[in-house]
Amino acid sequence: MKSIIVDDEASARMIVAEFCKGVPNLEVLHEFPNALEALKYIRDHHVDLIFLDIHMPKLTGIDFIETLQNPTKIVLTTSDKNFAIEAYQYPFIVDNLVKPISRQRFEKCMTKLEMAFAASEEIPIVSKQENPEEDLYINIDRRLIKLKFSDILLIEAKGDYIEILTLQKRFRVHSTLKKIKDKLPTSRFLQIHRSYIINFTQIIDIQDNSVLIEKSVIPISRSNRPELMQRLNLL
Amino acid sequence: MERPNLDYIKEISGGNEEFEKRFLTIIQNEFPKEKTEYITQMDGDNLEESATIVHKIKHKLGILGLHEGYRLAIKYEEDLKYGDTKLKDEFNEILTSVEEIISNIA
Repeated sequence: MKSIIVDDEASARMIVAEFCKGVPNLEVLHEFPNALEALKYIRDHHVDLIFLDIHMPKLTGIDFIETLQNPTKIVLTTSDKNFAIEAYQYPFIVDNLVKPISRQRFEKCMTKLEMAFAASEEIPIVSKQENPEEDLYINIDRRLIKLKFSDILLIEAKGDYIEILTLQKRFRVHSTLKKIKDKLPTSRFLQIHRSYIINFTQIIDIQDNSVLIEKSVIPISRSNRPELMQRLNLL
Repeated sequence: MERPNLDYIKEISGGNEEFEKRFLTIIQNEFPKEKTEYITQMDGDNLEESATIVHKIKHKLGILGLHEGYRLAIKYEEDLKYGDTKLKDEFNEILTSVEEIISNIA
């Protein structure tokens, strides 16, 4: 995946570039200290992703976005925490990273990107390799039990354990939500709350800030809601 | 008053000292320019422009682990947009503290 970084602060560009180094298949083609230079560049070069600062002199990040003829995926980088809501009015904005950006938050952003590309079927993507298998083995009392991804309804974090609810039964495994998330295909699974990953193909309905899966009502956190909505085939 | 620290820089570097040096050099280069620009704009009573520079400096405060300073800068930036300069002295103290620290980093 080819990306560029647009920010008038060299220190901010350096942080993003450093984080990008740790992401397989993500290449930073160029860094730009202003949006005008970036605009010129993308007229002649294919770019999959733009890390874009909002507050820049002359041409702001928003001006830049509105100038784009073929909008590509954009991750905003801003020191403005209040900008997040405004940001999501543009469908190609995948995330809004508030500076100073932590490594953990950047990694979360990469996961969001992966999902966004998968949803738009552009597929160049990023960090983790999609598990080509259709199943997952879990260790229960020294037995490796095979679970089909399609049978998993949801996973709930419970202290040092996770509970995996399938169509047939519930399994308690000593692991973390983060670990299992890395093993699940993003085409089917989505974290909607810090304690829950759901198989979103199993959603029955969504009401207010919760999702109904089988008989379980799962809360949707405010920060995860945009991702979920983006993944739905809304009429 | 809280003191700047390098915790965040060490987090992003992952222990890469070469990166830390290059990054600090950039901060040492950027910060004095931003401070000068801020003072120029304040002296010229250009408060909206000053708010823009405070916005940038705010990021540096976060990088240097100045959490209280970061919060003050958020408030100050907003105040400046409305012509309110009452946090000027406190903000200037922070700038001085940051300048001292980064000028003493090898």
